[in-house]
Amino acid sequence: MYASNVLGIVYSNAYDEYLSELTSVRTMGSVPFAGRYRLIDFVLSNMVNSGIGKVGVSTKANYQSLMDHLGSGKPWDLSRKRDGLTFLPPFNTTYTDGYIGRLAALKGIIEYISKSDKDYVLLADCNVVCNLDYTRIIDGHIASGADITIAYKRGIAPKLHNTMSFELDGETITSVSVGEATENACNYSLNIIVLSRTLLLQLIREAAALGYKSFERDIIAAKAGALKIRGQKIDSYAKTIDSLQSYYDISMQLLSGEYRDLFAAEKPVYTKERDDMPAIYGVCSNASSSLVSDGCIIKGTVENSILSRGVYVAEGAVVKNSIIMQDCYISANAKVNCAILDKNVVIKPAREISGAETYPIYVGKNITV
Amino acid sequence: MVKKTECLAMLLAGGQGSRLGILTKNIAKPAVPYGGKYRIIDFPLSNCINSGIETVGVLTQYQPLELNDYIGNGQPWDLDRSYGGVHVLSPYQQIKGTEWYKGTANAIYQNINFIDRYNPEYVAVLSGDHIYKMDYNKMLRFHKEKNAACTIAMLEVPWEEASRFGLMFVDDDGSITAFEEKPKNPKSNKASMGVYIFTWSKLRQYLIDDEADPESHNDFGHNVIPAMHNNGERMFAYKFDGYWKDVGTIDSLWEANLDLLNPKVDLDLSDDSWRIYSRNPVAPPHFTDKNAKVENSMIGEGCYIAGEVDYSILFSNVNIEEGATVKYSIIMPGTTVKKGAVVEYAIVAENAVIDEGAHVGESPEAIANLDDWGVTVIGEKVTIGKGAEVKAKEMIDTDIEGVK
Repeated sequence: MYASNVLGIVYSNAYDEYLSELTSVRTMGSVPFAGRYRLIDFVLSNMVNSGIGKVGVSTKANYQSLMDHLGSGKPWDLSRKRDGLTFLPPFNTTYTDGYIGRLAALKGIIEYISKSDKDYVLLADCNVVCNLDYTRIIDGHIASGADITIAYKRGIAPKLHNTMSFELDGETITSVSVGEATENACNYSLNIIVLSRTLLLQLIREAAALGYKSFERDIIAAKAGALKIRGQKIDSYAKTIDSLQSYYDISMQLLSGEYRDLFAAEKPVYTKERDDMPAIYGVCSNASSSLVSDGCIIKGTVENSILSRGVYVAEGAVVKNSIIMQDCYISANAKVNCAILDKNVVIKPAREISGAETYPIYVGKNITV
Repeated sequence: MVKKTECLAMLLAGGQGSRLGILTKNIAKPAVPYGGKYRIIDFPLSNCINSGIETVGVLTQYQPLELNDYIGNGQPWDLDRSYGGVHVLSPYQQIKGTEWYKGTANAIYQNINFIDRYNPEYVAVLSGDHIYKMDYNKMLRFHKEKNAACTIAMLEVPWEEASRFGLMFVDDDGSITAFEEKPKNPKSNKASMGVYIFTWSKLRQYLIDDEADPESHNDFGHNVIPAMHNNGERMFAYKFDGYWKDVGTIDSLWEANLDLLNPKVDLDLSDDSWRIYSRNPVAPPHFTDKNAKVENSMIGEGCYIAGEVDYSILFSNVNIEEGATVKYSIIMPGTTVKKGAVVEYAIVAENAVIDEGAHVGESPEAIANLDDWGVTVIGEKVTIGKGAEVKAKEMIDTDIEGVK
């Protein structure tokens, strides 16, 4: 209901260091996921499907692939005269020293935020995969009169240095702990945060004046009594990527049926078009328990794997329990098991590469094995 | 003085395609789905943009709603331009009354004003119902080299099929000496592909003369081309030797789809240098479940496959449930084939439901007299009830109740 009055801010580089293999050539936002998508597609589609029409994408580094992916924002219907998508590359002034965290990022785009005509701001990260209707969070926030609303999930918290976990009294967050990973279930933040634009600007300026470093520690945790901070519990599919292993596990879990939770017909996930032909299967080919994107040509066997666009699996090749990114070429009789192949990897004929489910092998972009 | 356009294309997309039966009940033939994600019109439109033709008029008349909606502003083909781009041209009301497009030539005649706005040197007249990849720019170069008034794209067809086409007799230098329209005993196998390039100043005059002739059918093949020929205009045949298919009938539509699965057929849709663009479905990758068996097939986005698929084309968001079998068939977007159902040698249109245990289509081997065999067609949104059977060659456009 109020979503049209909300400015969306996406951190494309958030937690890059936790997925250093995949983010050495790209941002967290442009990490391929579920075959044909990039992680940022989920955040942007959620925003657009919820009715948010003005989105700023903040970046720090390695953002060429992200710029290429987003273009004018057309696939998300964000190429607009009024509102639409704005790409926010780092602004090199003296006080954006290095973009250490959320605060520095916000400080770098304060101009953009202050010029917006929206009354509310929704902040989101790219390493949380979900297909979520944000209107519930936004409307709940406004109805409750809270200062800040943070979406949370109950479960084992992701192992990020600044994961917030909450104690709640009803919907009110009474205490916040930051970065204390335990193996017990807790209420951990999905880092989807809604607040008024005025309050956000006030907090950014205050943080700059007092030299705060951490949004999580110095603002949310420190102000948990002074400000009314509300938690919005999310029960639907939402997973946080905090390592290469969790990236692999979350991907593989899609294949045991979870992809249905992520892709609902009424909440489409948009991505850049590539105009590939539909996937083609050859003689004696097969694919089981797998997600296969368009442009793939499969002449071998694919089991329990995710194939991105334009992957070629030649005769006699076997791909199992793996994530194969765009335009990889698996030659005849090669075997790939428990691996993550980045874009354009070539596996030569009859070569075998094999990792373990608990330790998938990663092969970098453009490498020939 | 307006900016000059070298070559503009007029795409004839008004045909009903009556031989496609229920498939064109609600849509024009160029909007018929093809090849797992495309529609027929994607081919000429993509050919245009790949050939550098950036101004295209699409002439529509029969059931234009879906086609207009599909073309939209032309963005999928990069034809959303501030100058030129794609324009859908339907018949319109004029002072002397409203006139439908009487024939292919009349359709262009009625849009002379549109063409004049772009002041082109040449006009390509294309048909919206063929599957082929062709560089019109090469043909234009040929046209200019020959200083021709009209160039017709020509394909050598097998002799036994030649009688189905408009044929040409061609000299060694490529000039056309005579025409023969669908003769019983063909003496040439050089068929016209329905792709023409005209020098606009010439064509413009012939269209005006043709319109003034009350005896004329206002058709390119029957009237305008013969008139040009009789007047001794320079007419040339441009030889094309790639894949070209007229998908005018159910059987040819079925064949043209399955041609995509034949590695010997020269129609590569994965070629980066000549992409066929289309309005892409917004759907996740297709998912093959643990007992799925997929061979020799083309599978679109968003499909869910738990059954067996062989030698078939599945468009986006098709569901093949466990134990279901699909063979030698074309399944259009959104259709579900439920548990234990069999679909073979069939074209199933959009959003149909083939319920549990139903059997659609028959293989040619199962039929004693091959003349009785044909592809089975199920219309859009039709439900074939549990255990029901649909025979070869049948065309179903209403629900069929299940068998108890």
